[in-house]
Amino acid sequence: MMAHAQALFSTGVIFIILLAVTALYCILFSRNLIRILIGLELLIKAVTLLIALAGYITGHMALAQTMIITLIVIEVVVIAVAAGIVIGAHRHNQSLDVRTLRNLKG
Amino acid sequence: MTFDILYIALLTLLLLAGVWAVMTLNLLKSAIGLAVTSAILTLLLFLMDAPLAGVFELSVCAGLITVVFISAISLTKPLAGAEAQARDRSRVKRFIFLPIIIVIVGAALYALHPQMDLSLPPAGAEMDVRQVLWNVRRLDLVGQILVILAGVFGVVILFKDQPDAKEPQGGTKS
Repeated sequence: MMAHAQALFSTGVIFIILLAVTALYCILFSRNLIRILIGLELLIKAVTLLIALAGYITGHMALAQTMIITLIVIEVVVIAVAAGIVIGAHRHNQSLDVRTLRNLKG
Repeated sequence: MTFDILYIALLTLLLLAGVWAVMTLNLLKSAIGLAVTSAILTLLLFLMDAPLAGVFELSVCAGLITVVFISAISLTKPLAGAEAQARDRSRVKRFIFLPIIIVIVGAALYALHPQMDLSLPPAGAEMDVRQVLWNVRRLDLVGQILVILAGVFGVVILFKDQPDAKEPQGGTKS
């Protein structure tokens, strides 16, 4: 049983790391603000899966679900505010390119 | 056995949907890819006996956040013509390495797989999720309410109609 749980956890962690690498690549190499938010969303999905997997393996699924619900609430608020900032930046600069956001540079 | 096959298949689909959401050139397709990723994560949560978290993930992440993204995309003007083609070429050049990196990292993790020391804590007594949410983690709910209020005020301030502020005469310019 323990070996099976270990195998499940290890396999899940490999996929979670790959999803996090994809998300980080998206955040680092995208120039579009909305794509950066999509990368952030993917990163949060990887964390959600990690919490769920840890809860499932350790038998603390109720606690894991509670933490996932809290994470989802925070995620929604962050994305809503960030989308508002993106729309404001587009109104100001007429572009979604991160390279145009250099007003505070220097 | 069925659990393991479903588990691996859903994890693979989740990764593929995530990569597709990142690599596709169209922003709308990217948002839809993110919704598909959320839906697959929901299936995984159901598979791992987390129905409440699954319902939240499906309704909020696959539904509400997709609507927020599509609204943001429709409120911003996409590039067109030669500018869009140049951007697409630049994007393909930058993201062509992503599948290669994923394969290399995946192979390295698979090779190191037996050496991973993932010691697990002993399983505890399972409680009801409602009991944990309302009794054990009650302060989290207060935090959630505060976060929601902060988000609401943030969005209200961001979209507030501001009177046209005149530029101060003789202001410092750098």
